[in-house]
Amino acid sequence: MSEQKTKVTVATVWLDGCSGCHMSLIDMDERLIELAQYIDVVYSPLVDRKDYPEAVDVALVEGAISSSEDLEKIKKIRAHTKILIALGDCAVAANVPSIRNIFKASDILSRGYLENVTAQPQLPNDPTIPTLLPVVRPIHEIVPVDVFVQGCPPSADTIYTVITELLAGRMPVVTELTRPGA
Amino acid sequence: MTLYDDLRSMADTEHEKERRYGYCLRVCTAAACVSQHSDSIKKAFDAEVKARGLDEQIQVKGVGCMGLCAAGPLVMIDPVRDNTLGPTLYEKVTVEDVPEIVDALAQKQVVERLERKMDIPFFQRQVRIVLENSGIIDPENVDDYIAADGYQAFSHALTSMSPADVVKEITASGLRGRGGGGYPTGLKWSTVAKASGDVKYVICNADEGDPGAFMDRSVLESDPHRVLEGMCIAAYAIGASKGYVYVRAEYPLAIDRLKTALKQAKRKNLLGHSILNTEFDFDIEIRLGAGAFVCGEETALMASVEGRRGQPRPRPPYPSDHGLWGKPTLVNNVESYANVATILRKGADWFAGIGTEKSKGTKVFALAGQIENTGLIEVPMGVTLREIVYDIGGGTPQGTELKAIQTGGPSGGCIPADLIDLPVDYESLVKAGSFMGSGGMIIIDNTADMVNVAKYFMDFCKSESCGKCIPCRVGTAHMYNLIDKIDRGQATHADLDLLLSLCDLVANTSLCGLGKASPNAILSTLRVFRNEYEAKLLDGHVGAQPEAK
Amino acid sequence: MTAPTRSHIKTLKIDGKDYSGHEEETILDIARQNDLFLPTLCQIDGLSVAGACRLCLVEVKTWNNRLVPACTTHVEEGIEVLTHSERIDNYRRMILELLFSEGNHVCAVCVSNGNCELQALAQKLGMDHVRFPNLRPVRVVDMTHDRFVLDRNRCVLCARCVRVCDEIEGAHTWDITGRGIDARIISDLDTPWGSSDTCTRCGKCVNIYPVGALVEKGSAIGEMVKHHDFLEYIAEMREARE
Repeated sequence: MSEQKTKVTVATVWLDGCSGCHMSLIDMDERLIELAQYIDVVYSPLVDRKDYPEAVDVALVEGAISSSEDLEKIKKIRAHTKILIALGDCAVAANVPSIRNIFKASDILSRGYLENVTAQPQLPNDPTIPTLLPVVRPIHEIVPVDVFVQGCPPSADTIYTVITELLAGRMPVVTELTRPGA
Repeated sequence: MTLYDDLRSMADTEHEKERRYGYCLRVCTAAACVSQHSDSIKKAFDAEVKARGLDEQIQVKGVGCMGLCAAGPLVMIDPVRDNTLGPTLYEKVTVEDVPEIVDALAQKQVVERLERKMDIPFFQRQVRIVLENSGIIDPENVDDYIAADGYQAFSHALTSMSPADVVKEITASGLRGRGGGGYPTGLKWSTVAKASGDVKYVICNADEGDPGAFMDRSVLESDPHRVLEGMCIAAYAIGASKGYVYVRAEYPLAIDRLKTALKQAKRKNLLGHSILNTEFDFDIEIRLGAGAFVCGEETALMASVEGRRGQPRPRPPYPSDHGLWGKPTLVNNVESYANVATILRKGADWFAGIGTEKSKGTKVFALAGQIENTGLIEVPMGVTLREIVYDIGGGTPQGTELKAIQTGGPSGGCIPADLIDLPVDYESLVKAGSFMGSGGMIIIDNTADMVNVAKYFMDFCKSESCGKCIPCRVGTAHMYNLIDKIDRGQATHADLDLLLSLCDLVANTSLCGLGKASPNAILSTLRVFRNEYEAKLLDGHVGAQPEAK
Repeated sequence: MTAPTRSHIKTLKIDGKDYSGHEEETILDIARQNDLFLPTLCQIDGLSVAGACRLCLVEVKTWNNRLVPACTTHVEEGIEVLTHSERIDNYRRMILELLFSEGNHVCAVCVSNGNCELQALAQKLGMDHVRFPNLRPVRVVDMTHDRFVLDRNRCVLCARCVRVCDEIEGAHTWDITGRGIDARIISDLDTPWGSSDTCTRCGKCVNIYPVGALVEKGSAIGEMVKHHDFLEYIAEMREARE
C-alpha cells in the first residue's frame, strides 16, 4: 500500500439522521471499488475507529445537530477537516428532526419517556446520554459548510458526482442532480 | 351679493360680539393638553368667570394646538379691547390654578409662577400657514373659521376661477406633497383632472402613523375646516363629486372635530348639492382606519376605503387614472390640503416666495425625543436643522450632546449631528440618507444606543408589514431577528453581512414603498455609527471596514 | 381619412433580442410566448395578478435598471428588459430562502413532494441551502373538512386559493387575516373549513395551490398531484359565452 499517502482521506459522519444517506452511499455499489483507488475512508460508522482523525480532507456529514454530542462532534469535525460536505436534507436543512422544533425539548422527553410509558416511566438521566438541544439546527448554522448536497436521501449518483468532482479538483455543484426531498 | 358674502357677514357679526370683550382666554383643547385634563380646565374657567360676573369682560374659548405641547396644558390670554395686559401664556395649568389666574386677570396682573415668556425663538422663528389658525380659533365653530377668511378661497374658486385656473395656481405655487414623497401637488391634480371619467374621487390621507409624528392629528383637531376647504377646492379643480377622509381610529378627538366640521359645512351649504348656489356638488365622508400603518400607502388606503383588506397593489396603474373603485382618484395628505386655501387666497407667488428653490412654503414638524420644546412647529423650507433643534427646539434637555436626528418615520433615516447645518428641504434630506416624510422629527442624544434605535424601527416595520409580498413579510422578520441578535451581543460579522444583503433585497424587491424603505433605519445608522454595531459583535472590529456610501 | 397616430403594438428587447407585443400584454406574456423562462409562484394564467411573490422581477435597463414584476408590467415601446443577471438570480434565490425559512417546508414528508412548484423552483434556481434560521411559527392545521386539509405551516401566502375561490368559483370562502409574518389564510370569518356555509367543495383551491398546504385527504407522501387545466377551460368557456 505504498500509494496510500497520496489518497484523499474521507470521513463519513452520522449525526441526527436516519442513515438513509449512508445507505445511498453504499448504493454506489461497484463504484465504491473504483473510488477506493483514490480515497481512504478514515472515519465512518462503517469503519472501526472511535476518534475523529487529526486531519481529514473531506467529511460527508449526514444528519442535523440535535444533541450536545452532535454539537461537540461537528465543531471538532470542522476544526479537523478541509472540506465539509452537508450530506442530505437533515444536514442541509435540519429536515425531519427539526419538526420537533415547535415543541420544547422537555415536553418531547416527557411525552416519550413518561406519558406514553407504562413500565417504569422515567426520564433518561445517565450522564453518558447526550442532552437534547432546545432547537434542532442544520450544520451551517453551527459551523461553515463548503458543499451542500440536498436530497432525502441524495441519490448514489449524486454522491458519486460530488466525490468525483472533488477528486478532479472542482467544487461540486449538484443542484441539477438533486433537490430537497428528492 | 353671493351666498358666501352672506355667510361671511353672519360670521363677522358673531365675531363682532367677540370684539366687545376685554380679554380672550384661550384654553388648548387639542389631544396633548386634553390628555392632561384641559377640558376640565376650560370648564373651570367658564364657571369661575361666570361666578364672578366677569363673563361680559372675559371670553373663554377652547382652541386648537399652540405648539408647545411639552408645557401643556396651555392657556393663552389675549387682550381684545383692554390693553393693560399684553398677551400672556400660562403653562402646565391645573384646575386648581384657575381661580388664581382669573383673580390676577381681574386685577390686570400676571401669575408669574405659571407664565411662559413668549419672546422665545420657539414662537418667533416659526412661519405659520398651515397652523395659522391653530390655537387661535375654536375648531368646533365654523363661524370662527369663516371670520378668519375661511372658505373665501373656495367661494372665489367656484365663482371666479375655472378648474384649470385652480390647477394652474397650485402648480405655480410649487406646493409638493406633504405626506413625505414630495410629489408636485399641481402635477398630481392636473393628471387626475385630465383623466377621463365622469366619476372621480378626492381622498384625504389622514392615516398618520409614524412614531413620534402628530402633525396631521393636530391640524385636524385645531382647524378641521381648513382641510375640508382644501379638499373642496381640489374636488372642484379635478371634477370630483365625492371625497373621503381616511383617518385612523386612534384619533378619536380629530374624528369628532371632523364630524362636527362636516355637519357644519353641510348646514352652511359648503358641502352637498349646488354648493353656494353654484352648480358644483361635492360631499365628504369619513372612513376610519383600523390601525394598519400600511393603509397610509395610497393603494392600500383605497382598498381599505372600498372595504377590502388594506394591502398595496403594484402601481401602475396609478390612482390618478385607476383609483377608488377603478375611478380616477386624487390622494393628498392632510397638510397638503391645509395649504391649498391659503395659496389661492394669498396667491401662488406669495407662497413660492417662501422656502427654497425646489421646496416651497413651510413644513410642519412634530418635535419629539430628547428635546426641550417637545411640540409642533411650522418653519419655512430651507431652515437648518440647527435652527430647528437649538433655536426653536431649545436644544437637548440637560444640554446632553446631540447625536442624530431621525426624520421620515420608520421609512426615514438618522441624520448624524455633524450635518446639523443641513437645510431642511426634500432634496437635502434625501442626500443625507433620510427623507422628509410626513414631519416626525425625533431628536436623539448621546445617551442613545443607535443599534437599539434601529432595532426599534425595524420592529415597527416588521409588525406593520401587510404580509403580501415575500421580501417584506419574511425579510423584515429576519432583519429584526438579526439586529436583535447584534443588539444582544450574540452576532458575528457574518450575521452583519447577511443583514446587509437582506437590506439590499428588501429595498429593491418589495412591492410597496413601506417595504422598500424598511431597511432605511438600519442602513442610515450603519453608515455613520458602524462602530456601535461592530462593538456589539462577538468578533469585534476586524480592521477598517469600508464605509458604505 | 386621418392618418393613424398611434400603434398598439410595441417592440422591445428582452435579453438583447427583439420581440413585439400588444400594449395589453405584460413582459411575462411575451417571455412565455417565446419560451424565455421566468420563475413565478403567485401568478397563474386565468386569475388576476397579485405581484406578490416578486420572483418574476426583471431589470429594465431603459428605466434606470429598475426592477419590476414581469407579471404586472405592460410592454412599452423601446424598453430593454433583462430576465437574468447575477443580481436578479441572487435576489430570486434569496426570496426562495425566505419562503423556506418561513414555515415547515420539509419536502421529505410532504404529500406534494415531487409535484410542488416551490420545490421545483428551488432546484431550478439553484437554491442549495437556506441561510436564514427557520422562524418556526406554530400554525393551526385545519382538518375539519371531510375531503381536504389546510396545513398553514406549508402555506406560501400566494393567495391563489383566495383568488380562484373569489374570481372563478364565486364563493369567496378564503381570505387572509393578520399582518406581516402572522398573516394567514382563513375560511369564512376564521371559522373551521369543515363548517363553512360558503365552500362548495369544488376543490379548485386545492388543485391550484402550488405547494402542499391545500391537499386531498388520504394522499400519502408524493401522491398529491395537482391539476389546474380547469382554469384554461373555464376561461375559454367564459370567453365563448361573451
